[in-house]
This record gives sequence, C-alpha cells and structure tokens, in this order.
Amino acid sequence: MSDRTVVLRIKRQERPGSAPYWQEFEVPLQPAMNVIAALQAARKLARTRDGKTVDPVTWESNCLEEVCGACTMIVNGKVRQACSALVEHLPQPVTLEPMTKFPVVRDLCVDRSSMFENLKKVKAWIPIDGTYDIGPGPRMGDDEAQEGYILSRCMSCGCCVEVCPQVNDRSDFMGPAVMSQVVLFNSHPTGRLNRHERLDAVMGPGGIQDCGKAQNCVRACPKEIPLTESLVRLARESTLHALRDLLRK
Amino acid sequence: MASAPQIVIVGGGLAGLMAAIKASEAGAEVKLFSSVPCKRSHSVCAQGGINAAVNTKGEGDSPEIHFDDTIYGGDFLARQELPRRMAHAGPGIVYLLDRMGVRFSRTPEGLLDFRRFGGTKHHRTAFAGATTGQQLIYALDEQVRRWEAGGHVVRYENWEFLSAVLDGSGACRGIVAMPLSTLRPEAFRADAVILATGGPGLIFGRSTNSMNCTGSAAGSVHRQGAIYANPEFIQVHPTAVPGEDKDRLISESVRGEGGRVWVPKDGKPWYFLEEKFPKYGNLVPRDIATREIFRVVHELGLGVDGKAQVYLDVSHLDASTTRRKLGGVLEIYEKFMGADPTKVPMKVFPSVHYSMGGLWVDDADEATNIPGLYASGEANFQYHGANRLGANSLLSCIFGGMVCGPAAVKYARGLAKGAAALDSSVFDAARAREEEENRKVLARDGPENLYGLHEELGESMRKHCTVVRYNRGLEEAEAKVADLQARLPRARVPDRSDVGNQSLVFARQMENMLVIARAICRGARLRDESRGAHYKPDFPERDDVNFLKTTMARHSPDGPRIDYDPVECTWVKPRPRKYD
Repeated sequence: MSDRTVVLRIKRQERPGSAPYWQEFEVPLQPAMNVIAALQAARKLARTRDGKTVDPVTWESNCLEEVCGACTMIVNGKVRQACSALVEHLPQPVTLEPMTKFPVVRDLCVDRSSMFENLKKVKAWIPIDGTYDIGPGPRMGDDEAQEGYILSRCMSCGCCVEVCPQVNDRSDFMGPAVMSQVVLFNSHPTGRLNRHERLDAVMGPGGIQDCGKAQNCVRACPKEIPLTESLVRLARESTLHALRDLLRK
Repeated sequence: MASAPQIVIVGGGLAGLMAAIKASEAGAEVKLFSSVPCKRSHSVCAQGGINAAVNTKGEGDSPEIHFDDTIYGGDFLARQELPRRMAHAGPGIVYLLDRMGVRFSRTPEGLLDFRRFGGTKHHRTAFAGATTGQQLIYALDEQVRRWEAGGHVVRYENWEFLSAVLDGSGACRGIVAMPLSTLRPEAFRADAVILATGGPGLIFGRSTNSMNCTGSAAGSVHRQGAIYANPEFIQVHPTAVPGEDKDRLISESVRGEGGRVWVPKDGKPWYFLEEKFPKYGNLVPRDIATREIFRVVHELGLGVDGKAQVYLDVSHLDASTTRRKLGGVLEIYEKFMGADPTKVPMKVFPSVHYSMGGLWVDDADEATNIPGLYASGEANFQYHGANRLGANSLLSCIFGGMVCGPAAVKYARGLAKGAAALDSSVFDAARAREEEENRKVLARDGPENLYGLHEELGESMRKHCTVVRYNRGLEEAEAKVADLQARLPRARVPDRSDVGNQSLVFARQMENMLVIARAICRGARLRDESRGAHYKPDFPERDDVNFLKTTMARHSPDGPRIDYDPVECTWVKPRPRKYD
C-alpha cells in the first residue's frame, strides 16, 4: 500500500450566477486512478484538505470510457474528459474547473443544451421517409463510409467550443462541432439532397462566417476530428451556395 | 379519443429513442425523459455491432438460425415469441439504420460488412468501427431531434424518474420526475408510459455499465407493483479492464476479428478456449468464456503475473486492419492502460455487464402487468433468457422500441378517458408524496456513509452473485442487502444544497437498487440448477423439469415473493447446450 495522495484543487460554485470559490481535497492515490475516481473518493469523504465538512462536489459523468462526453471539464488548464485524465500523469495539485463557455449549473457541472439546440438549427439529421422496412440505404464505398465515421464520432462534449476564441459574449458563433456535423450530413448521399437547407442555416447568424481560423478546435478535439478541414470545406460550400443564390436572383 | 395520444418515455438510450420515433410516427405527442442528454446514454458503450441475419457471405444464414442461436445461447429460458420476431426484423432494422446515415463499415462492393461474434458460426454482425452503439444512438437521437423540431417530441434531459402515477384502478396515468438541477418533483400526465431505463449494473459497484445504470426506475415501479422477472440472470462479460471507478469493456468483436485468449503455461502460450472448444474457439458464448477464464485463473492458478487476469491478444493480426475495424476499443485500452494492443497483448478479466432479467412484460407488446406501463430495452426481461449473445442487445433495444412505441399509442387510443381528462388530485398527491420523500431523505441523520454503503453492496454482490454461486453465499448476500436496507435511513445525505444535489438523487436510487439486489439474491438462491449465466457447482446441470420457468418476483416490505411461470418452447425445443 502506498501512502501517496492526490490533491484536487476545485473551482466551486453554489448555483447559477453565484460567485465561484476554491476548495482543496486530498484523497489516497490508487493505481491507474483517473480524475473521476479521485472525485468519487473526495465525495465519500465530503471534507476539505483543512478538515472542514462541506457539501460534496457536483460533476457530470456517465460512460467513463470517453465515448459519452459528459465529464468534460478543465483539468490543469486544459479542457478534456476527466475520465481519461489519469492522475499519475498530472502535476499536482490537480486543478479542476468548469468549462467557461457554458453557464454553470453547480460546481463542475455546466449546461451544454445550446450544443443540441444548434444541431436542431442546422437540421443535423437525414430526412428519411419513414421507419418502414423499405430496404437498404444508398450504396457507399468503405473509404467514404470511414470518412463520415470519423466526423460522426463527435460526442458534443464542447471541447472545441471551449477553446474557440470566436465563441464569446459578443458573438453567436455556434462553434466548430456543429459546423462539422453539417459537413457530415451534407456529404451523405441522402443528406446531400437537402444540403441547401443546412447551408442556409450556417450562413445566418452564428454561422460559418464567424469562424476566425484560430485552429484551436482541432487541437482540443479528444476524438481527433479534422475540424479545421470541415470548416474549410463548409466555407467553400457556402460560398458556392451564396453565388448560386446570387445568380438565381 | 380525438386529441393526440400523450406518451411519456423514460430513458433516452436506443430503446427509448426508437420508441419515441415510432410513437411520433403513429401520431402521438411524446415527452422524453432522460437522466443525461440522450447522446450520453449508456448505449454509447456498446462497441462491437448489431446482429442481423442477412446472409451476404454465402454461409446459409437466416433469421430462423439467428433465432435458434439466440434461444440456444440463452439456454432455453427466453420466451420465444418476441425473440423470433426480433430475429426476423433484424435485417430491416439494420437497413433502416443504414438509411438514417449510420456509417457502417462496408465491403469492397459497397455493401454493409458483417463480422463474427460469439455464440454463432455466421458473419451476422453489422458494425461501425468499434463504436457501433455510439453511432446508432447518434442516428436515433438525430431522428428524434427532427421530430422535436417538428413539435412532436419534448425532451426533458437531466431529469430523474421517481415513480409512476397510478389511478384508483391501478392503471398508470403518468409519472413523477425531478430535474437534476432544482430537484423539485413534478407530475406529468400520460395515457401510457414506457420505461426504457436500462440495466442495474451499479448494484455490483464496479461493472462495465455507465454511472446512470442504477436500475432505480425499474426498482421504483417494482415497488409499485410491477413484476420483476429472472432477476438472477446477470451476464458477466469475459473481457474487461478492471478499474477503480469502473471496469472498461473490451468488446467481443476483438475475438470476432481474430483476437485470441491465452495464459502462459509451462513457458508457452496456452489458448485454453480454442483447446477446449475447437468448434467455436474464442467465440463461445460469454457465460462459457467467463467460467473458463475463472477456472483457469482461480482453480488452476494460471492468471497472468499471478493476478486475476488473462491475455487477450491481437498483436499477431495486421495492425492497420485491426485499427480500422477495432480502433475505438483499442483506443480505450491505450488511453487507460498506456499500452498499444497491436504490439502487446491486453490484460483483461471478466466483469458484470448486462442484466438478462428485468421488468416482466408480455409477449406481444412489452406491456408490464401494470396497465398503461411498458418496459423496453435492458429494463425488461425478454429476448435473452439465461445468457445474452453478443450484438443482440442493440438489436433487442431497437426492436423493443419498435414494439412498445406503437403498442403504447394503440393502448392510449383505446382508453375511455385520457389522462388529460382526469382530476388533478391524483397527480397532486403523487407529486406531494415525492416531495415528502425528498424531505424525509434529506432529514436523515446518523453515522452511516451513503457511498460506503454502496461500496459494501457492490463488494458483497460481486463476491456472491456473479460467476460461481453457492447457496450459503447467496443467503449471506441477501442478509447483507437486508442489513443495508436497515442502515440506509441512518446514512446522512452529505449534501445540503437545493441545486444539483447528486447525493440526494443517489440516496433515492439506493433504496430502489437494494430492492432489486434482494430480488437478484433470492432468485439465485431459489434456482437450484445451472443455466446460462447462473452457475452453481452444487447443482451443475440444467434442470428443465423444475426450472424451465421464468422467475417472477413481486415486491413486499419483507423482501421479494417469488413464484414461477413455465416457459413454453414453441419453436425451438430444449436440447443439451454444448459448444465443443
């Protein structure tokens, strides 16, 4: 048994809009421990490093395998999933903060519903005729399927939104993830049929023209989605779309 | 009824989402509740694929063979009506998902590719890399978003289900739920309610399940009178990576693509599954692979490095093909274990994975014994009998949603009086009951630690109620659960906040988890035979005379009351189950 410990320095907030404050917790270090396991240990203790009994920290998590995106937070200054952040690889104290581009619900828990609302705005779906058994979808080469698959692994975790300088109080930019989803659906043989509706949506407020090409998004994406490629593709597509509209007038 | 049927669906995984799509399509107005944003549901953890007998590889596969494999794999305990319909619906479901834009892996000809999975000799499993569950749930989530944009579905994400609202006749007329932010219970009217709330893996502490797989919703309606069936049938997956917070699944598709299980013996690799089961090799069903790994590690003492672990090896396969077909799984191993599986064998061990048991539902509509209440997906007991075959879970979830969604709408249309016309008193009373319960739980005081109790529960359940079961141990385990039930009211809820109080939510879930845990222990204690995942060395044979029966658990304050309902094997007759 090792008597090594891990110190968590956590930015807390009681409720939406209230002032944040910091607390430190110290828990025994376990082999292959991740930030979630450390948070769980601190929750069971419900006591700060200086011995004060406090309300346990609130955070979001679910799959703990980095496929659901729930436990996204800022770990030692970098936005990422807490489940795949192994404590042994992190300098101590381990600093945990909620994401800053979404409203805080409490402690490390934020409200990311805007990401899903934006998916609705850009019609991020394939408009199928119905769920009846009418045979297979369009034939597709495996390379094309794999290209789509890479984009389709987006968990709506919000990492790219967090690091994007264009997402701020003065801008409505929907963020890189949603833009990349438009590329995904516009590249599908069926999705292509109503690509103009999606392009109209991303040419409006908060759309593709708000991208500042900082390229932070692609570096922050935990699924290594080529977001900048998507953004460039979408910018080109929407320019052509605008030209087409212009010529039709 | 002139106005649109009002359907409440609880659970935003594959079953709940599919039910929402089908109910919307049938003209209903849907309220969809989920404890997490639907995209983050546990369905994302399914990796390997979804079964459909399309027979594109010239192997003579057919839905009837798929059906037979399912019943045989489940050791004949499954009731046969729904699994048969499911097997026949399989190809249509995979084609539907294909039309929804799921980026399935393809053959050189551009058709859907299929790979092998456990318990069958056919290439029957469609897959999207090795994150198939994630890809399927995204597709269904997108379709539901479309219905949402059209005003037919309203989502209540980050809401916790508390209980069903039952009217004077005992029929389900709505639910009480609370948002995880404010924790203020609200009652919702519904003509029919579908629970698609997943399995109870958290009862075992560590499992491959996600953090919201408490089984609490099923436990709650069980306490309200819903029958819980076959609770003792818990699948322990043979290959997972043990962790402090959870065990991480390493998909069966790894073996489907050629991965081999071995331990060193006399200085050489010993491929013990291939040796013992030459016909199926590493692809024997999960219950059998798990027991074999237990035997090799615990009886023969051959665990790798003297620990409870065996090798799962893909290092002999072509690395780039392996990455393309299994990338998502290998990534998990790399991120959490820091080793590259294409170079060094993975170290794995069995872990609690899936509950074959669940809420009892009928053979036609997935209707529970409470009128107006349906249960779908892992939350019900159908399809898988005593052991589930790999890649049948995604199929049973989606098929289940297709069954209960329209059935609930049909039931709603047949009601003489819809929920909207009911007096508000029944809803007000239901909400007040839950508010009172929250107050009572928050007022608890005492020396017990809420999370400590959960650890004790998990430890005892893992020790006594998983792979190898003895009656004495099962009795001990049930006594332990009863003890925890007595101690829970002395566990102070450590959080006093009225915002985002997760401890309050967990305290409420624990109460329901303990009820299900007790049914698991009792069901296992009383079933003196070995069948599928339920194995008792003292009763090593399957006993069809006494136990070809569904375990039916009814709740009472002093523990479960159990009786049995015979299983009719209409199409596939019982035969000895062997894979060697």
